[in-house]
Amino acid sequence: MSEHVMSSKFYYTIWIVLLCLTVITAAVSFVDLGPFNTIVALVIATVKALLVILFFMHVKYTSERLTKIVIVSAIFWLLLLLGLSMADYATRFLS
Amino acid sequence: MSDSPIAVEQHGPEHLHHFADAEQQRDAASLGMWLFLATEIMFFGGMFLAYLVYRYWYYNEFAAGSRSLDISLGTINTAVLICSSLTVALGVRAAQMGNRKLLVILLLLTIVFGFAFLGIKGVEWYQKFEEHHIPGRSFNAGDLIKEYPQIHIDPQHEQIYFSLYFAMTGLHALHMIIGVGIFVFLTYHAWKGRYTPKYHTPIEIGGLYWHFVDIVWIYLFPLLYLIDRKPLR
Repeated sequence: MSEHVMSSKFYYTIWIVLLCLTVITAAVSFVDLGPFNTIVALVIATVKALLVILFFMHVKYTSERLTKIVIVSAIFWLLLLLGLSMADYATRFLS
Repeated sequence: MSDSPIAVEQHGPEHLHHFADAEQQRDAASLGMWLFLATEIMFFGGMFLAYLVYRYWYYNEFAAGSRSLDISLGTINTAVLICSSLTVALGVRAAQMGNRKLLVILLLLTIVFGFAFLGIKGVEWYQKFEEHHIPGRSFNAGDLIKEYPQIHIDPQHEQIYFSLYFAMTGLHALHMIIGVGIFVFLTYHAWKGRYTPKYHTPIEIGGLYWHFVDIVWIYLFPLLYLIDRKPLR
């Protein structure tokens, strides 16, 4: 049996971290960091998403490689969609 | 005839006969769910792309629209969803441990958090309705133009921000409603004692869906509410 049962204390810790990051991201948005406001907000969101994916969704403990490949490809497709499209729209001023 | 000449293998729901073993069956179910979630990422991805392009073109209007949203309600709703993700994760654990009573309580709590989120979202939408910020014939960005004289606001472009706001939060809310439906189903079967430490795949993959919807909101919150909150010069 590869099923990994984690302690409830561990889940509570992740939960507290997620709540703290939510308060931090809301508070930081009021501080003028110039273009870094968006970057900080997105980095915090990505950290939160990773915590949920790895621990709440048990991806860190999944034994099945195929599942991991599906997750990584899904994120890759999304970045392809956003990245290549913005490479067009964000460089039109050059022409 | 009571004794059959052919020996029939007896399997519980945790090991259907076309799987090699119970672990393979579990992995297959979770793989299927992740494939579905991959299509969901692309489904939401189109909206995120539309958001990115228009935010790049009409930054002022997006910033003003973002400021008009209620940041306290947005933050509370983010916290509500994170709490619901905790109850789901603990619920899966309760199922693994075979604690039926705790599982039912945690599933019910998840449903309560789901309704709390939708209720708060409804309050926010109603505020937008009263402010005439719903795209359409009665749309009026006059209040934002008056409030932020420092920046140029085109009402047509402001409507695009609110169209995307309602489309994205609406699609997310639809996923929440479906999620609540799934969890009502899971609660009923958990209460009936269908899930055991050996077999609780529906709880596991229903949980994957719920966490995914939480992750979408984790991105929607900064992208819609926190575009530009710093003091205007």
